[in-house]
Amino acid sequence: MDRIPILKLGAALLVTIQVDMHDRLAMALEEDLTNRIVEYGAKGVLIDISALEIVDSFIGRTLANIAMIAKVLDAVTVVVGMRPAVAITLVELGLSLPGVRTALNAERGMAMIRALLDDEAPTLADES
Amino acid sequence: MVIPFASRLPEFLAEYQKPILADWLDLLRATPDARLPAAELEAQCDIIITRLAQSCRDGNVTTIAAPGFGPLREVLTELSRTRAVQGFSPTETATFLFSLKQPLFLRLRSLLEAEPAALANETVTASELIDRLGLFMMETFQLAREEVIIRQQTEISELSTPVVRLWQGILALPLIGTLDSARTQVVMENLLDSIVRYEADIAIIDITGVPTVDTLVAQHLLKTVAAARLMGADCIISGIRPQIAQTMVHLGVELNVVSKANLSDAFAVALRRLGRTVVSQKPSVATHGE
Repeated sequence: MDRIPILKLGAALLVTIQVDMHDRLAMALEEDLTNRIVEYGAKGVLIDISALEIVDSFIGRTLANIAMIAKVLDAVTVVVGMRPAVAITLVELGLSLPGVRTALNAERGMAMIRALLDDEAPTLADES
Repeated sequence: MVIPFASRLPEFLAEYQKPILADWLDLLRATPDARLPAAELEAQCDIIITRLAQSCRDGNVTTIAAPGFGPLREVLTELSRTRAVQGFSPTETATFLFSLKQPLFLRLRSLLEAEPAALANETVTASELIDRLGLFMMETFQLAREEVIIRQQTEISELSTPVVRLWQGILALPLIGTLDSARTQVVMENLLDSIVRYEADIAIIDITGVPTVDTLVAQHLLKTVAAARLMGADCIISGIRPQIAQTMVHLGVELNVVSKANLSDAFAVALRRLGRTVVSQKPSVATHGE
């Protein structure tokens, strides 16, 4: 079965969805990502969906779930590159993904994760 | 009720085409219309009578949907379309065709004076034919009017939803007029496309020009804000007028978005969020032509 690759980039994980998501693929991604976050002790997850043209309610909910799982595991999730049509569809479906951070493109998403981690870093340094 | 007789109308029309046309024109000239030059009117009447005579030739007189009536229907469609655009009223358009009845009936009377039964039959048939043609014309007239209205609606909705780039990364969306579902869709698409094009971080939605905000409009605004957020841009709503603020509170509408009194306040907030400030400087003297 196809799997979506998960890349490690410093303290963050990078997921680029380049194929059409179907339900099983989305569930596999959720499981893989959960394992990787724990494995690498990742503090940030960047999901690039700029190639995704079709999003249904299930995929939308999976994205929200991933964000919530990551939060429980102490990592921030940023979804980047959503297309206008996809954004409109999600809003019309009533899925405005309240717990998910968003950014326009991967570059800004990465900057956002870095800024969030920098905010946390001093407190960690103080504690040690 | 079907009258079982072979109508002689086609034969009469073919033979007396010219005199009927002359009578009809005389009648129409009695009530001239400035919007329609005499030459154009004559041409229109001429082609209608000619095509009518052609269409009736195969003995089928009242089934105007038949293929034989194709050319006549074409002419009438074109005519009602131009009249709809020129601003003729439905009555004027219909009366134009119905006025053909008088010359036609008078002609029938003089031809069939000796046969009252035939005269009655032919009159009924001719009347039915003209009525159907008139109704057909009204239908196309109505369609043409609707097309005009739809086109105007799209033009208005496109005109009234510009997205303005205020600064690098800051967009303004001044909304003017009532927000309904269709317009919200256009607004939303415009805004989201502009966010991608200008790589915007913040969008200011200014509703100074929106006359009323009810629960539906508020919901539409929130949808737009939510969609922009999914694209990674924050929204600020500005220009809520006092009456609208009251209505919103009385209706229990809550916009869980940053809102500012006017566009300049919202712009200041946006600049601060992007880490930019506006500082005073010695004013430079404006020199014309340099």
